[in-house]
Amino acid sequence: MTLFLQQLVNGLLDGVYYLLIALGLSLIFSLGGIVNLAHGAFYAIGAYLLVVLGPHIGFGGSLVVAPVLVALLGIVIERLLFRRFYRSDPILSLLLTFGLAMVAEQALRMIFGAAPLSVSIPPALKGPVVIGSFFYSWYRTVLLAVAVGCVAALWFLLRRTAFGRIVRAGVQNPDMVGALGISLSPYMAAVAAIGIGLAGLAGVLLAPIYTVHPAMGQEIITPAFVVCVIGGLGSFWGVVMAALLVGLAKGMITAFGYPQLSIAGIYLLMLLVLIFRPRGLFGERIQRFE
Amino acid sequence: MHRHPLSQFPIAQPSRSRRSMLKGIGGMSGVALAGVPLVSQGQSDEIVIGHLTPRTGFLGPLGEYGVMAADLAVEQINAGGGINGRKVRLIKEDSVNPQTASTKAERMIERDKVVAIVGEISSASCLTIAQVAQRLNNLFINTGGNSDALRGANCNRHMFHVESQNSMYVKTCGQALLDQNLVKGKRWFSLTADYAFGHDLLRVAKGFMQGNGGQFAADKLVPTDATDFSALLLEIRNAKPDLVISNLAGNQITNFLKQYSEFGLPYPVAGFGFDTALAWAAGKGSFGGTWPVVWHHLIDTPASKKFVAEFTKKYGKPPENQAWGDYVAMQALARSIGEIKSTEAPKLIQHMEKGAKFDLMKSREGYFRAGDHQMMHEMFVVTALPADKVRNQWDIFTASGPVPAADKPLESISSSPEENGCKLGA
Repeated sequence: MTLFLQQLVNGLLDGVYYLLIALGLSLIFSLGGIVNLAHGAFYAIGAYLLVVLGPHIGFGGSLVVAPVLVALLGIVIERLLFRRFYRSDPILSLLLTFGLAMVAEQALRMIFGAAPLSVSIPPALKGPVVIGSFFYSWYRTVLLAVAVGCVAALWFLLRRTAFGRIVRAGVQNPDMVGALGISLSPYMAAVAAIGIGLAGLAGVLLAPIYTVHPAMGQEIITPAFVVCVIGGLGSFWGVVMAALLVGLAKGMITAFGYPQLSIAGIYLLMLLVLIFRPRGLFGERIQRFE
Repeated sequence: MHRHPLSQFPIAQPSRSRRSMLKGIGGMSGVALAGVPLVSQGQSDEIVIGHLTPRTGFLGPLGEYGVMAADLAVEQINAGGGINGRKVRLIKEDSVNPQTASTKAERMIERDKVVAIVGEISSASCLTIAQVAQRLNNLFINTGGNSDALRGANCNRHMFHVESQNSMYVKTCGQALLDQNLVKGKRWFSLTADYAFGHDLLRVAKGFMQGNGGQFAADKLVPTDATDFSALLLEIRNAKPDLVISNLAGNQITNFLKQYSEFGLPYPVAGFGFDTALAWAAGKGSFGGTWPVVWHHLIDTPASKKFVAEFTKKYGKPPENQAWGDYVAMQALARSIGEIKSTEAPKLIQHMEKGAKFDLMKSREGYFRAGDHQMMHEMFVVTALPADKVRNQWDIFTASGPVPAADKPLESISSSPEENGCKLGA
């Protein structure tokens, strides 16, 4: 029974790792209509920044500096590229970000080589947490705290600030926002910076427990899209719920003795959601996508 | 050495479009390159050798080591005056997947007139290249595919194996586990990559364990695209096994090792499939356990030391076991051509089948066994060093002496051609 409870908790926590990626994807899509296939590349860049910066400023320093650098890169990309595609056929932005992802992956390969690189957990965060019969990784507990903090901050920003109100209005009806004399342009850049910065943060957080290699972005982008689709693009809580659900599905399938089906399980979940609720669990009705 | 026939991205859309796009690009570069070899085909004094190995995808990182080593070997052969005065030219391609590997092998043999094809890591691609080599009466030297089937049901007169087969890996590491008393009466928790290579390895491992009085606490299959092992680590802790066994592949091994050390589980770890690059990626403190290798960069022979020094000088990092495979395969091929003064495949095959000895930079020379073309050679067992004993990012393990020991025949760690079920055609 304890094992089952642990698997339940672990499953929920597992989903949180996708959340940082999926929230950014969802945010950038709902405001600009861009499906960012390059999102995984920013995650990879975050991880490689930890490899470069870690020896100089430590894990803690990199946890702050690397996401900021990735966010700045996000602003540059938004200003130079994304903004040209907000009003065009989505297939064009899809091609653009697909190309960007390939360029980023090859650039990492050319600079750092194809072989995976080593990044370790800071020694202070290594080992298990044992409370009674409950057992978990200390590092993941910290990771969870950081992720929950980010999600809470993002929620506050979107729901409780003037910035968030304008972003949400922009998602629903950008023309009306313009008619009211508000330029969405700086908000678009800010949203891209936040979304892409979160991907960079996820890269730093996950590099110590996953393999750092040039194609690592592709590994994470697919499940992150699954989370977005299940949750419903554009829905904050939908994405949060979906991430937890995906983690739970994986964990439970493993707990019942079928780890080989754990990955297939999340795609099956997506299929079911798409059949019965094509908009996703909590998908919002967004006027301009109707 | 890990043979992943498919891409690791199961969701259809992004990867499928990427795949077809890559094919398109590959096709275009083929057209663009078509004119190049024509220029040099006139120089009949040149010996052209094909090198095919995965350079992108799941196995790409290991393939890069193979390419670097093949380049180094050719550079050295040519610096030493070539083969009987003829220069060697290497044609290198990314084998991508079994279908592309087959197409490229055919083009190399028919258009570029290569005398042999060297390389590969994926067992599935080895099979298709070997079929082309057989059909076009050429020669293929496998440097990284280890499925037993390639030495058994699918064996072929035109394919030779520098890489060890799965049974040799299992027997080598198994001997070390017997010595550590981790087999008889012990319970193993095994994790196996859920595709052909993993299943093959599991089959051999199971045979070894049962033959020596061990049993499974559990036996789990893991999808190749799974990056997170936390749920399985909780299962392992609950099962309290005497030994955790990895039949995992590629980056899975690195992920597993990192997370195993993250959770701080106390059970000993061993594995049957391994590449040094994966241990380096796990790094000091995270790399743990006992693993078999065909070669490693700390082997104390003059030839190995020279190879490591030259490779490190050229590329800024030491070679790993895949580099060894492609390097010695190129050397063995060059040496055979030099000795028989012919580049014809039938004569080369005959020469290698007759038990020609090759310097593999180990204590004993190796030879291809006539019955299944498997290289008979020494292997090694590496054991992770504790973090406080590690001095640099490369030397993170200690190694056993050669296996089998000097007083035992080289064949003692391999299953016989009859056990492999190999019937070589004419």
